[in-house]
Amino acid sequence: MASALRRLGSAAARRGLSTACEDTKKSLFQLPQAGGKSSNLCSAINQALHIALESDPRYRLVLSEMSPIIPKPNISLLPSLHATDNRHSYLFGEDVSFGGVFRCTTGLADRYGKSRVFNTPLCEQGIVGFGIGLAAMGNRAIAEIQFADYIFPAFDQIVNEASKFRYRSGNQFNCGGLTIRAPYGAVGHGGHYHSQSPEAFFCHVPGIKVVIPRSPRQAKGLLLSCIRDPNPVVFFEPKWLYRQAIEEVPEEDYMLPLSEAEVIREGSDITVVGWGAQLSIMEQACAGAEKEGISCELIDLKTLIPWDKETVEASVRKTGRLLISHEAPVTGGFGAEISASIVERCFLRLEAPVARICGLDTPFPLVFEPFYMPTKNKILDAIKATVNY
Amino acid sequence: MVLGRAFEDMCAQMYYRGKMFGFVHLYNGQEAVSTGFIKLLKKEDSAVSTYRDHVHALSKGVPAREVMSELFGKTTGCCRGQGGSMHMFSKEHNLLGGFAFIGEGIPVATGAAFSSKYRREVLGEADCDHVTLAFFGDGTCNNGQFYECLNLAALWKLPIIFVVENNLWAIGMSHMRATSDPQIWKKGPAFGMPGVHVDGMDVLKVREVAKEAIERARRGEGPTLVECETYRFRGHSLADPDELRDPAEKAHYAARDPITALKKYMIENNLAKEAELKTIEKKIDEVVEDAVEFADESPQPPRSQLLDNVFADPKGFGIGPDGRYRCEDPKFTEGTAHV
Repeated sequence: MASALRRLGSAAARRGLSTACEDTKKSLFQLPQAGGKSSNLCSAINQALHIALESDPRYRLVLSEMSPIIPKPNISLLPSLHATDNRHSYLFGEDVSFGGVFRCTTGLADRYGKSRVFNTPLCEQGIVGFGIGLAAMGNRAIAEIQFADYIFPAFDQIVNEASKFRYRSGNQFNCGGLTIRAPYGAVGHGGHYHSQSPEAFFCHVPGIKVVIPRSPRQAKGLLLSCIRDPNPVVFFEPKWLYRQAIEEVPEEDYMLPLSEAEVIREGSDITVVGWGAQLSIMEQACAGAEKEGISCELIDLKTLIPWDKETVEASVRKTGRLLISHEAPVTGGFGAEISASIVERCFLRLEAPVARICGLDTPFPLVFEPFYMPTKNKILDAIKATVNY
Repeated sequence: MVLGRAFEDMCAQMYYRGKMFGFVHLYNGQEAVSTGFIKLLKKEDSAVSTYRDHVHALSKGVPAREVMSELFGKTTGCCRGQGGSMHMFSKEHNLLGGFAFIGEGIPVATGAAFSSKYRREVLGEADCDHVTLAFFGDGTCNNGQFYECLNLAALWKLPIIFVVENNLWAIGMSHMRATSDPQIWKKGPAFGMPGVHVDGMDVLKVREVAKEAIERARRGEGPTLVECETYRFRGHSLADPDELRDPAEKAHYAARDPITALKKYMIENNLAKEAELKTIEKKIDEVVEDAVEFADESPQPPRSQLLDNVFADPKGFGIGPDGRYRCEDPKFTEGTAHV
C-alpha cells in the first residue's frame, strides 16, 4: 500500500504542475539576479500592484490607441496561457484609494484612475462576491480585505463560489482573475482581531490557491504570479513585515513560480518548514542550532495549496526529521497536513516524530501574545529534542 | 460627558507614554450620543457597542478604574485584561461588549432583545421590559448583518433601538461616497420601523429622541432606528494621523462641541453656575487620575490566565498525555516562553 502510494506520488511529480508552462517557465519565473532598490514589504507590494495594473494588455492597448508614441503591447511576450488576454484589471477594497491603512496601494488611484482603483463600502462578503463576478466576466479583480481577520464574512463566497466556479460550470466560466490580498499574522499589539492567521481554513478548499510570501523580493514576484495565475488565489501578506523587512527588490517585472517551495538554508540534521513572517524567527532558531552543532535545512513553502510535497519529501529523505512552525493554533493548523503527508510518504525514513511548534489553542491573546507565539526558543528546544530523540 | 472626554484624553496620554498598547479608538466629540441614550437606561437594560466603546462603558456605569485597568491589560480590568480597548464587557452593568468587527454586535443585541421579550411574553414576567441598545457607525450601515437584524427586529417586534453614530467617516472612507442613500434613517421605514434623524452633537435633543424610542420599546411596540449625526474630533484610532478630513469640516463640528454647548445652555438658563461646573470638572479630573493610579498599581495577569476560559471547563486545556490537566503542569508555560 505504501509503495503504491509512493509510486503514485512520483508519477504525479513527473507529470508536473498544471499551471507551469515549461517553455516560458525559464524566462519568466526567475528572480532577476542583480540589483534592485532597497524596499520594505509594503512598497514591494505597491510596486507589484503598479506593474500588474500597468501591464494589463487592454490598458496598454487603450493607451497606445490614445497616443502614437506608446507602443502596442506585444502579447506574444506574455505566458502562452494569457495569449488571448483581453482582461481589464481592477483593484478595490476598503480605503484603498488613499493608499490603504498600510499604504500598500498608494499612488494607484491617482495613476490609473478611480474607475480601476476604488473604495468599496464596508462589506467583505460583497467585496469578494463582487470580485468573483468581475472575474467571471473575464477581468482581473484584485480585492483587498483590510485584515485577514475580517475575511470570514467572505468565507462563504470564497469557499462556495470562487473555488467551485470553474468546476461546476464545466469550464465555461471561471474566476481565475480573482486575487484576494489580506494582511495576516501577529503584529505585537493586534489582539484578537488584528492578528489571526486563517490560512488553514482556506487550505481545506480545493479550487483556490493560498500563497504567503516571506520577504519583499518574494512578495513582489509571488503577487505578480498570483494576479496572472488563472486560478483564484488568496494572498496573505505578513503585516509584521510591512515596515520591518527591508530588502533589495528588483525594479522590473518578474514573477516567481507558484507551488514551488524554496530551500533557504541547506542542512543535514533536520528539515524545518514554515512560511511568512515565521521564517525569520525560524532562521534565528536555525542559527542558534548551528552553534550547537545541529545543521538545519530551512524550507519556505511559499504556496500552501497546492503545496510542493516533492521538495519537502526530498529534504526529509535527506535529514530524517521534520519540524513545522506557524503562528496559527496547532490543532488543525496547516502543519497537521504537512505532517500527515510526510509521514505517509517517508514513514520508514523518519527518525523522530514530526514536531509542530505553533500557536497555542486559544483565541489570539492581547496581553499574553509573547506566551502564545511560537518563539525562537520554543523552536530551538524542539529542534534539539527532535534531533536527540 | 465630561468624564468621557477627560477619560479619552487621558487614554491618549497614556497610549503615547506606552502604558497601553494595541488599537485604541477614542470617542471625543460623540459623547452626547452615549450620554443621551445610556443615561436613560436602567441597570438591567443591555447595551452593545463597537470598538469605540470606552465611553459607552463609562456611561453604562462601569467604574473608570475598571475600564482603565482593562486598557492597561491588568487583571483588575472589567474583562480581567483579556479584552483590551475594544472589548469592554460587564455582566453587572449588562454591557454586552465592545466588538472589534463592525456589525458583529448587532445580531448579538438582537438576541438579547429577543430574550427580554420572551421573558415578558412567554415566561410571563410582566415587569421585564428590558430594552437593548445597539450602537454602531455609518460604515456598518453598508454591511449585510445590519440589514438582516433590521428585518428580524421589525418582524418580531423586538425591544431594541438601533443607534447609528454617523460621524461621516469609516477610517478614510467618506460616508457620502460609500453609500447609495446617505440618509440612514430612511432605511428604518423600508423594514417597517420608524427611522429618526437627530443632531448628535446636542445632548438634550438626543435625550428627547432616546426617551421616545426607549419608551416605545418598553411598551412592546418594536424597534426604532435612530441616526445621530455626530463627529469624532480625533482620528479613527490613535495610530491614525487624521490627514484626510477637511480642516473646515473639523472646525465646523468643533464649534458644535456637545460639552461646551451644554455648558452654555446651563449657564444661560441659570441651571448651573460656572463655579459649579468647574468643581464638576475638577472632580472628574480626580476620578480619572485615581483610575490611572489604580490601573498602574494593579498586578499584571498571571501567565496561567492565558489558558483560562477557552472552554467552559475552567481547567481550560483538558488533559495532557500524562493524564493530568495540562495547565496544572508547571512546565507548561515556563521555561521556553520568551518575553
